[in-house]
Amino acid sequence: MPVLNIKKFSFTYPGVEHPSLKNIDLPIYRNKITALIGPSGCGKSTLLRSMNRIHDLYPGNKYEGKIEFRDVDEKISNILEIKKENEFIELRQNIGMIFQKPTPFPMSIFDNVAYGLKIAGVKNKAELRDRVEIALKGSALWNEVSDRLDKSAMGLSGGQQQRLCIARAVAVKPAVLLFDEPTSALDPISTGAIEELIVELKKDVSIAIVTHNMQQASRISDYTAFMYLGDLVEYDKTENIFLNPKEKKTEDYITGRFG
Amino acid sequence: MRLFINKIFLGLSVLSALIGLAFLSWILITLFVKGLGSFHFSLFLNDLIDGGLRNLIVGQMILAGLASVIGIPLGMAAGIYIQEYGRGKYANLIRDLSDIMMSAPSIVIGAFVYAVVVVPSGGTSGFAGAIALAIMMIPVVINTTDNMLSLVPRELREAGIALGASKYKVIIDIVIKAAKVGIMTGILLAFARIIGETAPLLFTSETSNYFSLDLTESFPSLTVSIYDLANDPEASSRDLAWAASFILTVLVLIINLSGRFITRNKK
Repeated sequence: MPVLNIKKFSFTYPGVEHPSLKNIDLPIYRNKITALIGPSGCGKSTLLRSMNRIHDLYPGNKYEGKIEFRDVDEKISNILEIKKENEFIELRQNIGMIFQKPTPFPMSIFDNVAYGLKIAGVKNKAELRDRVEIALKGSALWNEVSDRLDKSAMGLSGGQQQRLCIARAVAVKPAVLLFDEPTSALDPISTGAIEELIVELKKDVSIAIVTHNMQQASRISDYTAFMYLGDLVEYDKTENIFLNPKEKKTEDYITGRFG
Repeated sequence: MRLFINKIFLGLSVLSALIGLAFLSWILITLFVKGLGSFHFSLFLNDLIDGGLRNLIVGQMILAGLASVIGIPLGMAAGIYIQEYGRGKYANLIRDLSDIMMSAPSIVIGAFVYAVVVVPSGGTSGFAGAIALAIMMIPVVINTTDNMLSLVPRELREAGIALGASKYKVIIDIVIKAAKVGIMTGILLAFARIIGETAPLLFTSETSNYFSLDLTESFPSLTVSIYDLANDPEASSRDLAWAASFILTVLVLIINLSGRFITRNKK
């Protein structure tokens, strides 16, 4: 069952005549990793950023079609119909996001992870402590930071900061996590750690990841969608995309003939 | 030949720098020599009426403090509006107006407050002085807030929103915290600027020879009194003006340096 089901979805940025995404149909399956690949400007980040409506921070975007979200009770709602503030808060607690550059908040490690929980209304100190610990353990960061939770998060290394951001997103127990090129600003060792973590995380959450790195997509993802100039060219199981692509464009891209 | 021209230009720029520095040190040395000559710790204990400066120093601090209480929240709020909420024309209009205000001559601001506060309220007062100083301060605070917030990466705001925080929560909890050091430094420099102002106070708060906490009356001001004392034919008054200038300069220097100290320590 897809947790997110994108149907006939088009997206147009403000002040632009032509849509940046055209008629996209794409499922994001539960407890699977779906990779979005394609050359720069193909719209993969735009698509990812539509799934939690982060585009709405800047006014004037145009959405068409549907993005259906199936919650834990199997109730289906259309993300694109969300208008009220409290619905947005709920959406973003259901669908978390990790960015390209690590984005630790200028506060302590503990407060970073607790931030989303506090927004969600968790007030009990003991519960906060427990859930922060669980999130940090789940993000393989606990052993490195357990003795300095009250220190500033800005003092962590890049890779640690990125894992902190993952912990922060995991803490609110989202159903889906969106990763927007989460390792492109990191060194190979940190990248490896993050990739392992993402694979580990799919036990609990469904994952969509935008990546420039085709090896990364083939290493960690279950499904892969290849996008080009705002179109979804091909979507299939990852091994099929990489070993046996149906479309010529896909083959050209994964064999490095363009991109 | 090229090397020769190069040397000439280098020589010229070093020379100009030295001339500038020479004048600055001349001013500072004169100030220190003359100021220290008439400086005495009893100046801090007596009011002007008894030949001291206590009431003037306290008065100047109160005026600048009150101006900050008015100017900092207004300036910060406007800066936040421009950078976070305002879009296009409106925000740019406010930004331009604030830039114009920043370069407005301080005597003009004094005259403005005289016309809209002093005349209607029937006389000079500490409040009028503080308002004039606040008007001096607001554009500086707007500018600093605007600039410092613009340095906060877009992703940080998005990360807050992506966790479900509302826009105002993100601004208060995250964006302002990220820009805190820069904003604080800017505010400190704005404070250092207004504490040494004379022209906005000249006909708004005036000054007073007595210790006063009553802001509805003419209010003791160090800078205005320096102006008065320096024009006094009495030699002892002019010595006092030197001492007052010395104290004021040291005060401004300390505030400026602590502003720099905060920035350096945080970066």
